[in-house]
Amino acid sequence: MSNVHEDLMVTDIDAYLLVHEHKSLLRFITCGSVDDGKSTLIGRLLYESHLVFEDHLTALETDSKRFGTQGADLDFALLVDGLSAEREQGITIDVAYRFFTTERRKFIVADTPGHEQYTRNMVTGASTADLAVILIDARTGVITQTRRHSYLVSLLGIPRIVVAINKLDLVDYSEAVFETIKAAYRTFAVEIGLAVDEITFIPISALRGDNITAASLHTPWYTGPSLIEHLETVEIGDTVRAGPFRLPVQWVNRPNSEFRGFSGTIVGGSVRPGDAVTVMPSGVSSTVARVCTYDGDLDEAIAGQAVTVVLTDEVDASRGSVLCSAVQPAELADQFEAHVVWMHDTAMQPGRQYLLKLGAMTTGATISPPKYKVDVNTLEHLAAKTLGLNEIGVCTISTDRAIAFDPYVANRDMGGFIVIDRLTNATVGVGLLHFALRRSTNVHWQTVDVTPEARSGLMGHEPCVVWLTGLSGAGKSTIANQVEQRLHAAGAHTFLLDGDNVRHGLNRDLGFTEADRIENIRRIGEVARLMSDAGLIVLVSFISPFRAERQLARGLVGDDRFCEVFVDAPIEVAEARDPKGLYAKARSGELPNFTGIDSPYEVPESPELRIDTTTMSAELASEMIVEQLRAMGVIGVIGG
Amino acid sequence: MRTLTHLERLEAESIHIMRETVAESEKPVMLYSVGKDSAVMLHLARKAFAPSPPPFPLLHVDTTWKFQAMYEMREKMAAEIGMELLVHQNPDCIAQGINPFDHGSAMHTDLWKTQGLKQALDLHGFDAAFGGARRDEERSRAKERIVSLRSAQHRWDPKQQRPELWRTYNLRKGVGESTRVFPISNWTELDVWQYVHREEIPIVPLYFADVRPVVGRNGTLIMVDDDRMRLEPGEVPMMRKVRFRTLGCYPLSGAIESEASTLPQIIQEMLLTTTSERQGRMIDFDSSASMEKKKQEGYF
Repeated sequence: MSNVHEDLMVTDIDAYLLVHEHKSLLRFITCGSVDDGKSTLIGRLLYESHLVFEDHLTALETDSKRFGTQGADLDFALLVDGLSAEREQGITIDVAYRFFTTERRKFIVADTPGHEQYTRNMVTGASTADLAVILIDARTGVITQTRRHSYLVSLLGIPRIVVAINKLDLVDYSEAVFETIKAAYRTFAVEIGLAVDEITFIPISALRGDNITAASLHTPWYTGPSLIEHLETVEIGDTVRAGPFRLPVQWVNRPNSEFRGFSGTIVGGSVRPGDAVTVMPSGVSSTVARVCTYDGDLDEAIAGQAVTVVLTDEVDASRGSVLCSAVQPAELADQFEAHVVWMHDTAMQPGRQYLLKLGAMTTGATISPPKYKVDVNTLEHLAAKTLGLNEIGVCTISTDRAIAFDPYVANRDMGGFIVIDRLTNATVGVGLLHFALRRSTNVHWQTVDVTPEARSGLMGHEPCVVWLTGLSGAGKSTIANQVEQRLHAAGAHTFLLDGDNVRHGLNRDLGFTEADRIENIRRIGEVARLMSDAGLIVLVSFISPFRAERQLARGLVGDDRFCEVFVDAPIEVAEARDPKGLYAKARSGELPNFTGIDSPYEVPESPELRIDTTTMSAELASEMIVEQLRAMGVIGVIGG
Repeated sequence: MRTLTHLERLEAESIHIMRETVAESEKPVMLYSVGKDSAVMLHLARKAFAPSPPPFPLLHVDTTWKFQAMYEMREKMAAEIGMELLVHQNPDCIAQGINPFDHGSAMHTDLWKTQGLKQALDLHGFDAAFGGARRDEERSRAKERIVSLRSAQHRWDPKQQRPELWRTYNLRKGVGESTRVFPISNWTELDVWQYVHREEIPIVPLYFADVRPVVGRNGTLIMVDDDRMRLEPGEVPMMRKVRFRTLGCYPLSGAIESEASTLPQIIQEMLLTTTSERQGRMIDFDSSASMEKKKQEGYF
């Protein structure tokens, strides 16, 4: 930008490189629509930093004449509006990243196009931003969209905000207009809890270049910095660096028996050899022996650096553990309150087992129905049973095991998580943890001296859950019954949990909606687990049509104790058998949501056993299951 | 309080992405094309896993038409670092003698590189491949994800892209699917050069200006790297002081006349000349929106 800078490029490249090498990096997001002049602003920044190449510039001149809206002038918006063709092809664009550099800093701009997907896109772009530039059209002032953008900026915890009041040329560079908008925004900012004194207001015209790189002659009443001056000098990331030490372990580095280090990126505070650390979630304490990098050991490493830490003791830490300051360790919990932003076409399914990834830790998790959802335009709290694409709500998250975390407001990397669908592996949602609802330090498992192992030792066989799934009328109950008879005769301790019977008691309150079916399965899974903890071989006979729910049961019980049996019969055969007359009722419309008729059955992909009941007798089937249990080592001592 | 420089932040981000990919993949591989971006990637990989060697092999999808200097550099680096180097040459191309002169750059590139890459990934069963693509290379790459999912047929489905937040990447995939991972997405060409300079990373000498035999073709200079180069009737190679901004198959890589023979001079020339990098890479000119198309076909 400055002539001195460019002269160096020509006269003394070594000096230029030295300056450039010590530049810092600022990542920011621009919030606003094309109408606010967002593309024009980004185009202008690229242009002013001389990063537009001649061939691009030639194209820009041609395009400006052909498509431009600025007459003979360059239309900077055309520099960045290169994505319309992709949009037409249906390519999802959350965020486009642009790069430019000035004398003092390098910048990465997250540009979030699109109106419909705005929440999803902006949340994505905001997650890595150090600063947000909120654009307001001077002619319209604070509008609904401004409120929406500001709410998302505040939700995602972007530490710095610039409000750029644009198109000032169209209101005669009026100070009164600027001050009115500024006052209105400040009032609103207080409402949504933004730190008003931290917000910087700058009057600009992206199109004319006023207050972009230097003070504009058109706004003598404005004494603050130009946009670029502000972006070049604003402090970056100091709160995280000042916070307590956090290093989520990504990878255990063990080239030989002499070296064992924990590799990861420091996401909070700093670390030095000799520092006392606590490994979460285990809570074990140790001391930092070395902070290693390829370029040698460091005396100190700070937030943002990727290092390998060696501890003085042989502590048990692995991927997903977090090395924490011993003075201020992270919290540990398995139930949280969180803001959840849904990112996928398929709505959130409360109660379903998802995967939650926070830092380097991935665990199973369920999400409760929202306490409320937030209307991003009015900021009203609305009642909701689920969250659809682009919706934001406050939910309870329950994880399979306790995880180390910090509130999102204190540390984005320790409190921000993504939600992954177990079947499609898609990232379906994201969340921001606020606080623990059930601290793991408060609710201990009641430790008992008689362990499941001790109980099963007395039984003379291992505990197991045999899960029979299949259509109504496929033959599950008949087979389960015979298996139990065989096991009982052989001296094994068994229990048969029949889906129908459980619905008469424990699950009497549940109907047949998708949510109720999930809860039904969850309870049966829990009961089966308790019984297997008691040492029993549990036979569960239950239609259980959804893969994810069977997966949930398997997760609860544990893989090594779970035997999934697919009792397979074509729908025509099952319907012809119709032992309980249910198909007839379903066909007549008396029984809605009946599996196989108007509700799907998802065939198991890799069950331990598949039994085709059109060719195999119940007797042979039950023998196969007993044989399978023998192969799994569940029985063997008994029954020969 | 100390602030990290932009290169330190970029380096840390790339290392983080590499570690994350290795931790969540069964059998990763790093695509190695011997160019400057590959050199930076390799250097970052050594940093990410030190003192262990990078826990994956390098894969060079070769076309047999690279510059001799590139083959020399490849062998030198593999020997020096002690990493396993896999070289794949599409056997169908060898059998049919596919070359840029008879078959044109588009077919040559598709068969040797795109099909060759798919073959090599399938042959070894790699489930994650690191590539050195950057978002600043062209306007439409600005939206690219760092982790990109590919089907069992290596196809890229633009509708199945995953949002990427914070430092949290979703690397999960189904049976047969794989990921392409681009750790230097956020680097610019200037950053790459600056880093090569700062870290003293060895690069192929062709990046530096020297007197080389060239012929003029379609407004660009093509180096006569070996006797397979077909000269037009009456065409005589001339000796010119040239260098290359990007390297690929020699008959498809345009040279520029230059005096820049040190890294600072290269960087200076890059900053002062104002044509973007990919102009020297002829593959882009064959069809419009070619990057998108190539990606859907499995080029990356």
